[in-house]
Amino acid sequence: MRHIISILLENEAGALSRVSGLFSARGFNIESLTVAQTNDPSLSRMTIVSSGTDRVIEQIVKQLNKLIDVVKVIDLTDQDHVERELMLVKVCVKKKDELEVKQLVDIFSCKIVDVSDRTYTIEIAGKTRKLNAFLNALDFAIVMEVSRTGVTGISRGRTVI
Amino acid sequence: MKLNGAQILINSLESEGVEYVFGYPGGAVLHIYDALETQDAVKHILVRHEQGATHAADGYARTSGKPGVVLVTSGPGITNAVTGIATAHMDSIPMVVISGQVPSPLIGGDAFQEVDAVGITRSCVKHNFLVKDIKDIAETVKRAFHIATTGRPGPVLIDIPKDITIAQMTAEAYPETVDIRSYKPTIKASSRQIKKAAQLIAKSKRPILYSGGGSVIGNASKELREFTRLLNFPITQTLMGLGAYPGTDELSVGMLGMHGTYEANMAMHGSDCVVAIGARFDDRITGNLDKFCPTAKIIHIDIDPSSISKNVVADVPIVGQVGQVLSELIDELKGVKLADISKWWAQINDWRSVDSLAYKRAEGVIKPQTVIETLYEVTKGEAIVTSDVGQHQMWAAQYYQFDEPRRWINSGGLGTMGFGLPAAMGAKLADPDRDVACVTGEGSIQMMLQELSTMLQYSTPVKIICLNNGYLGMVRQWQEFFYEKRYAMSYMDALPDFVKLTESYGHVGIRVEKEADLKPALIEAFAQKDKTVFLDILTDPTENVFPMIPAGGGHSDMLLAGRDDMVSKNETDFNAV
Repeated sequence: MRHIISILLENEAGALSRVSGLFSARGFNIESLTVAQTNDPSLSRMTIVSSGTDRVIEQIVKQLNKLIDVVKVIDLTDQDHVERELMLVKVCVKKKDELEVKQLVDIFSCKIVDVSDRTYTIEIAGKTRKLNAFLNALDFAIVMEVSRTGVTGISRGRTVI
Repeated sequence: MKLNGAQILINSLESEGVEYVFGYPGGAVLHIYDALETQDAVKHILVRHEQGATHAADGYARTSGKPGVVLVTSGPGITNAVTGIATAHMDSIPMVVISGQVPSPLIGGDAFQEVDAVGITRSCVKHNFLVKDIKDIAETVKRAFHIATTGRPGPVLIDIPKDITIAQMTAEAYPETVDIRSYKPTIKASSRQIKKAAQLIAKSKRPILYSGGGSVIGNASKELREFTRLLNFPITQTLMGLGAYPGTDELSVGMLGMHGTYEANMAMHGSDCVVAIGARFDDRITGNLDKFCPTAKIIHIDIDPSSISKNVVADVPIVGQVGQVLSELIDELKGVKLADISKWWAQINDWRSVDSLAYKRAEGVIKPQTVIETLYEVTKGEAIVTSDVGQHQMWAAQYYQFDEPRRWINSGGLGTMGFGLPAAMGAKLADPDRDVACVTGEGSIQMMLQELSTMLQYSTPVKIICLNNGYLGMVRQWQEFFYEKRYAMSYMDALPDFVKLTESYGHVGIRVEKEADLKPALIEAFAQKDKTVFLDILTDPTENVFPMIPAGGGHSDMLLAGRDDMVSKNETDFNAV
């Protein structure tokens, strides 16, 4: 099953490689990994999407907790949470399809952030499923490139990591 | 007063109470060596190879319970040390390794003797640091020792660029306390879990205690003895745990696992309640997980939460310091009426009567088991025994009865050949008044032979018991059983004359070819208190280690000595090795 694991860790050189090294050394799977500094500059927040049986996920959480640089780990999947991913898509569109692209952008509540001769760069944020659906809907156009951030998440309500 | 980084580093080691540093100089650590030279609180042992430094520090740590300290230079210095660091990591041994690094401005530029030490060691240390500022040296050393010695212990690396060691700053007091917000090991267990475990233990009819290296490293021997005797339960110990509970005691059923006793493995297989104490269900212990303890509830005590339910799901997980958890269990179980286990003991004694460690002596050859038994007799069971890796390691574990913890020093997790000799040197430095024997083979000993030179320089007399069978015995044994006797590269040809070799290093060498000479030679060796003696003992080249659970087998699938017919009946799963 797919899990979203949120990690608070020391904002230090090498902390990221400790986490990614752990996943590769122990054969855990990573679907996406995103990391950036938090409002406290000494801490980074990392979100990892992984999949595995409950036992594997339990091991992942325990092994992450064992890393000295890791301050806190939670499995967001266990609780009510918000998750988002940002994607930038560059498409090449024929003249006759331009309207359809604009309609799609409206339907998916995303926006066109750059235009050139025959190309549109579209920014879309949402759940992974929504981003996938948008890419599917673009099947009439030529998708030139896609850049996705991977999922980040946060729990709903007053709960904090 | 102004001090340079190297002086601050050495002062920090002194503040940590470091007695010995095992190391080897080189360009990146010249300032540190210069600082070592002008003081005498911290003694330096100059090894002949950095791997030897790590194993010696490891042997020192396992014997004394104090962290072992290593100092190596950048590049090949630290890469040579990696095997020893990984060895300590697998067996949870507290160690602090200081490596020199090229000057900060050169890092990343492929400088002479540059490697990414932090990157290379990341997966085989508990934690590592790259010091970027002279102001951080003392605090980093404090943290390193704290991390290495608390919780589940392990090696910690401090990589220090050369320019940091020559930079100067005004001396400051060494920090007295350390607080790492992201590192707070759990010591005290949940009392609810303790109660649950006590209830399960009290009603168990076929219990067994399974104690591992955590009981030794966690200094829980006293509590383990009290707990076991209070319950009158059978106890089996892992290769890493031997000695925490006395091996000669009647409640002890010996070692378990791949080369464990018949009674220990059968008791695990038949048990209804396994209490794992500071053990981690390693594959050499469990054999085939699908066949492991089919009828048992598992209580698992360990200080490391990630060890629990990693390989075997625990019914009652207890995270905490082993000794403290056992004390609480003792309080909980005192005066409680336990289930009657007399039938279980009768069954265990029945299994015991199989006498699975019995072996046949033969005319004209020395049996390796006899060597260990005689070693036990001559040292009255009181020596510290280190070992290398292979058949001799298993025989030492099986036939030398360890009654005290920290007497049996071996590389159980990583299985590092070459470990035994430097570890013996470290053990002798930690406990100079005790006899130290290094049980080895002609294969393993050649991996760290150069340390004989260090042992002369620092007068660390140990007795090297080399079971010389001319084969990489464990490899040969597997080839005999599972590769139709195709002995690929397991025969050791062109061996040196170990007696002359030892003599050239300034030690004593004795060759033993006949069983009649064995005991006198051992007596003579141990009588030479201040000499390192190499006993080159020619043993039966065809002897195998029994009992044996072949890969893919469960605890009840043992091969026993003299029962070769059982080999073919077992379905061996090579993928499970």
